Amino acid sequence: MNILVCISNVPDTTVRIKLADNGATIDNTGIQWIINPWDELALTRALELRDDPSSGVKQVSVAHVGLVGSEPTIRKALAIGADNAYRVNCNPADAFQTAACLTSIVKNGSFDLVLCGIESSDYNGSNVGGMLAEMLDWVSVSGVSFLKVESGSITVIREIDGGRETLQVQSPCVCVVQKGIAKEPRIAAMRGIMQARTKTIAVSEWNGTESLTTVASYQPPKARPSCKFFDADSPEKLIEALQNEAKVI
Amino acid sequence: MAVLIYAENWEGKFKKLTFELASYGAQLASMIQTQLVAVSIGEVADEELLKLGNYGVSKVISLNHPQIQSFDSRQITRAIAQVAEQVEAVALVLAANNSGRALAPRLAVRLKAGIASGVNQLPTSISPFVVSKKVFSGGAFASLTFDTRVKILTLLQNSMELNEQIVSCTIERFEPTLDGGLTSPKVLESHKHAGKILLSDAEIVVSGGRGMKSADNWAPLLELAELLNAATACSRPISDEGWRPHDEHTGQTGKIIAPNLYIAIGISGATQHIAGVSSSKCIVAINNDKSAPIFESAQYGIVGDATKVLPKLIDALKVIKNK
Repeated sequence: MNILVCISNVPDTTVRIKLADNGATIDNTGIQWIINPWDELALTRALELRDDPSSGVKQVSVAHVGLVGSEPTIRKALAIGADNAYRVNCNPADAFQTAACLTSIVKNGSFDLVLCGIESSDYNGSNVGGMLAEMLDWVSVSGVSFLKVESGSITVIREIDGGRETLQVQSPCVCVVQKGIAKEPRIAAMRGIMQARTKTIAVSEWNGTESLTTVASYQPPKARPSCKFFDADSPEKLIEALQNEAKVI
Repeated sequence: MAVLIYAENWEGKFKKLTFELASYGAQLASMIQTQLVAVSIGEVADEELLKLGNYGVSKVISLNHPQIQSFDSRQITRAIAQVAEQVEAVALVLAANNSGRALAPRLAVRLKAGIASGVNQLPTSISPFVVSKKVFSGGAFASLTFDTRVKILTLLQNSMELNEQIVSCTIERFEPTLDGGLTSPKVLESHKHAGKILLSDAEIVVSGGRGMKSADNWAPLLELAELLNAATACSRPISDEGWRPHDEHTGQTGKIIAPNLYIAIGISGATQHIAGVSSSKCIVAINNDKSAPIFESAQYGIVGDATKVLPKLIDALKVIKNK
């Protein structure tokens, strides 16, 4: 069985985003780029499965839609242990364009399971995985917090409101994964980092699919009023404020 | 022509979230000058379906197909798309919850629709269609323009006030055409957390962090939650340590919630945690450290030891409740 993990290149999540050109663009100066955290966890789980002989998983590949500037992030994925990497040379304007580009990678390979993180920390869209599945006309399961593969048979746990469902899914399929899929992201060992330097990233050109939406502009978040402090010995004043001022209790 | 909402039900019943979607859909339909239709899937009594008429829905299309008994997003997408085509939907609105996030992107491809996920307000204009949503986990807003005839929006829970608008509402049954082509996922086991108020549904949430010092100190927090009829949550280290269950973890990689009131007890307010709660209408913070970042996001705060402040807060609340 071969797994493909779709990875997105995003700004380090501890960084405060700044706007440039009066809100026309994001200010990229000084940004540290990382693998989207959910995609990193998806990749970690895929590698755990590959390293477990009973799973039947033979290879783990990663795919990314982006320009050559995002290759350092793809190399991080190789350094963590991915066997192959693919990049579609396109700077996607939306998830639809991303998914359309990824479709060509899946169709040209022979993947049995495609993993996508549930959202990316930049656009919080939660769309690429589902779109890819529909473009491929594959079954998809979203909100996957657990994934097991035994001799090629796929079992997942899907989070639902107030509970969870254990499902058996037939390959090929797309699993859109969230927190719980792996405990912690795998860290690249020195050997992996050295090997990643010489592994090839297979690059293909953009197939011309247009985006369906565009970001016209950005706005800063709404400023919050400054905090009103109450004395630790007079909590009743806080309760009164919540009742009469904020009217939330 | 219509605006179509996906009126999700839970064991045959609608939740406040369903009516929030209807309220949003009704206003959107009014902006586009068209009617509001709802699609419902599964076994829901007519009496329940007609409740949608109290929130501006003039027609409910009800589907109950044997092939859609378990949640197969591929099949449900086909069914909803067929309804959308029948009513000539120009806009679809789903909740930005687990099922909405599973269906909306598939629908977007099937209907060649642009999509904006996780919106918390109506579009700022219809022609051109522009809608604003949070990006960078709350670090900025982005205004999205759509280049498609059909638009799909997923709405964040508790971002829309309920707007009662009683209209005459009819129910139509619909038989979708589904293929038997691919095997649906098979449910092996289903598990529900008994009794607890769902974090995403709760209007008040009481949350604890490292400042609570130990898992043994949680009883007062639970008592406060009970007094306020609130759901309980926690910051990431707490669930990582196993002090509280994983589904209580609120934050960028956990649950993103928007309750009316979020009480953060002993939580420092790291960026990733705030990303999960910044849409809350009111945030209260109790923390020992006056310079803790949580106070930058809170409306009200108490500087003090969480374990000492909590009992006082509980007593004061009991006194006020008894009046």
